[in-house]
Amino acid sequence: MGRSATTKDAQALFQSLRSAYAATPNTLKIIDLYIVFAVVTAVIQVVYMAIVGSFPFNSFLSGVLSCVGTAVLAVSLRIQVNKENKEFKDLPPERAFADFVLCNLVLHLVIMNFLG
Amino acid sequence: MDKSPVDLLASPSLASLLKSLKLKTKQQELLIRVSILCLVYVLAFITRLFSVLRYESMIHEFDPYFNYRVTQYLTQKGFYEFWNWFDSESWYPLGRIIGGTLYPGLMVTAALIYWILRFLRFAVHIREVCVLTAPFFASNTTLVAYFFGKELWDSGAGLVAAALIAICPGYISRSVAGSYDNEGVAIFALLLTFYLFVKAVNTGSLAWALASAFGYFYMVSAWGGYVFIINLIPLYVLVLLITGRYSMRLYVAYNSMYVLGMLLAMQIRFVGFQHVQSGEHMAAMGVFFLMQVFYFLDWVKYLLNDPKKFHTFLRITVTTAVGLGVIALGVGTASGYISPWTGRFYSLLDPTYAKDHIPIIASVSEHQPTAWSSFMFDFHILLLLFPAGLYFCFKRLSDATIFIVMYGLTSMYFAGVMVRLILVATPAVCLISAIAVSATIKNLTQLVRAKSKPNPVGPGKGTSSTKASAKGSPDQSMPFQRNGAIALLLGAFYLLTRYAIHCTWVTSEAYSSPSIVLAARGAHGNRVIFDDYREAYFWLRQNTPQDAKIMSWWDYGYQITAMGNRTVIVDNNTWNNTHIATVGRAMSSYEDEAYEIMRSLDVDYVLVVFGGVTGYSSDDINKFLWMVRIGGGVFPVIKEPDYLVNGEYRVDKGAAPKMLNCLMYKLSYYRFGELTTEYGKPPGYDRARGVEIGNKDIKLEHLEEAFTTSNWIIRIYKVKPPNNRW
Repeated sequence: MGRSATTKDAQALFQSLRSAYAATPNTLKIIDLYIVFAVVTAVIQVVYMAIVGSFPFNSFLSGVLSCVGTAVLAVSLRIQVNKENKEFKDLPPERAFADFVLCNLVLHLVIMNFLG
Repeated sequence: MDKSPVDLLASPSLASLLKSLKLKTKQQELLIRVSILCLVYVLAFITRLFSVLRYESMIHEFDPYFNYRVTQYLTQKGFYEFWNWFDSESWYPLGRIIGGTLYPGLMVTAALIYWILRFLRFAVHIREVCVLTAPFFASNTTLVAYFFGKELWDSGAGLVAAALIAICPGYISRSVAGSYDNEGVAIFALLLTFYLFVKAVNTGSLAWALASAFGYFYMVSAWGGYVFIINLIPLYVLVLLITGRYSMRLYVAYNSMYVLGMLLAMQIRFVGFQHVQSGEHMAAMGVFFLMQVFYFLDWVKYLLNDPKKFHTFLRITVTTAVGLGVIALGVGTASGYISPWTGRFYSLLDPTYAKDHIPIIASVSEHQPTAWSSFMFDFHILLLLFPAGLYFCFKRLSDATIFIVMYGLTSMYFAGVMVRLILVATPAVCLISAIAVSATIKNLTQLVRAKSKPNPVGPGKGTSSTKASAKGSPDQSMPFQRNGAIALLLGAFYLLTRYAIHCTWVTSEAYSSPSIVLAARGAHGNRVIFDDYREAYFWLRQNTPQDAKIMSWWDYGYQITAMGNRTVIVDNNTWNNTHIATVGRAMSSYEDEAYEIMRSLDVDYVLVVFGGVTGYSSDDINKFLWMVRIGGGVFPVIKEPDYLVNGEYRVDKGAAPKMLNCLMYKLSYYRFGELTTEYGKPPGYDRARGVEIGNKDIKLEHLEEAFTTSNWIIRIYKVKPPNNRW
């Protein structure tokens, strides 16, 4: 009884989530795709590490952190360019993107150094 | 108007200058602010120069000598050599990989300054750069304090904070000229990181978060105290989350700062993987994941727009997330990926931990719990202003003031646990006190002004004038309001003057002694200088073979390698407890047993510090019980009760027999029984402990006296080779 109610709830939840997400602007959807890609890559690496072992630990770390960092920065970008967020009203999207590029540049330069 | 030439030069020209520069109020304010900042900048530098004036431009204390030696190496051999340096002169016979076991921030900073000055054709010596690095960074800290204060409250509070921190004894104690230690640059880095992070939280900008990650990187490269940052910031985020102050700005600031900062921190070899593996850093990672969950939930909530569905969703996700987190932490700890907390960290959380478990941490005087008086000594009126500042912060709560309140409270706790951590608390105390001072004085001056003018219109200050006028109406009824305000203002100025006087006095009397050269007052009030340390180290450099190995207690290891240029058995980098315990065991054994140990360590010379002639109390006899404890911690043959009589530590006739015949006692008091140190006392009167020694007839069998400095502070003995006939 409780189980079926939960599944029902979950189904209704899923449906309403899908319909709500359809209303998101396209630019944000692209960023979302990018984030999902980065997170999936990170998860694949973690799974691979669990199977094969973490021997060159710095390589593993830089691989995962590259993905995680990219994802986090992209989420930040998404927050900043989202028109719905009142907190970032006076931040132009160009500036947000420039910050994003700068942070990514630093992130990946450091990762290249760390890759070993 | 007839003008004399003097007048022409002085007043009219000044007046015309002022007229031509007729500034608006805002510009005047800016001018005053900038000039005050410049003065504070200079003041912070020159107040730290007492030690150079009193003594000479020299490096102080113990650890700075190691830093100095490393910096010299860095400037001579270059960065790669430095990074790969294996030092065979310390920890004989183990050696030490210097490049991988130190925080290079300070040395690289000093070397950069040196190279820049060289490039600009200033022919400076590296020692001068090292001596003046700490004051220079103290000056920079005042600038950061100004901007931080401005971010927290207003520019007035920033100025007061800059002035307070410039002369605060708690900070000066670690940043006088010559104290070339990590803390000198680390406090600057600490405050810079915090300022940039608060700025990032306030603006929600990626660029500021990146800047704060770089600040964090500099901090990690400079000092092990970075652990404080990586725990305080997550704690702050957690508090904001719990109090319902979560915002998108916080998300952007914390997460980008954490990811970038972590990556940058791992580039420092000494930290390396610890950043993802050790228990001390796990809080930050936990909060990082928590933020992701929080953001995700927030986003779903926003998408769903329906509380009932959201609750269902919450139930499902929270249970899975918490379950996963617990499993991950459990597996990580069990499989050894996440190392447990280190001893120093434990002793911070539980002050009694070190005393019971790790004598080597407890033996360092700066790791002792702080006495109440030293709080007063280091903070003076700031101690009273701190709660007042907290009150003001709570009255105007914002993300920034919550941060400074948390920083202040946590660091105050840590300052109570360990003496040396007063240093970490100092910036917070200065900032919070500055808020108190600035807010109080602002209110009072407004009261004074409001009465003098019928319409209180503060020029160029929209917000303050409205506040004043709003306050004005109910205050009208209070009599003597203006006089009271004036009296309070005068009181405040009196207190601040006392603070300045106290700070200068403390700096000149307490914190400017290099502790390598000792000064005392002679019988006629004249200054007597004991330069025995350097005398002994130069003797070692000149008179012993290049490859001689010196055994001493670990306190003097850095100085012997840096100044004497000889190999030591143990030094202040106390990484190998067993090795130190071996030395402790040798010092507390009988001579023939000690000889065996010294032979096995290949010791050529033994160096002891002895204060019995001069009354210098921090000598080896007073440190001896720690040698016994540390030695006994590894080698149970050494038992502390053997050296005590009824639980009392004494060196006179009533001392324990083992005490009277152990190596340390013999080396300290060898031939001391023949010497009369004070008029009217028997020979062999120990002035440091105020007793006549118990064993005046000391014979050495396996060692011989090699050198004793002019005031007997350092005594060096040569270990004889084994007898070649029976």
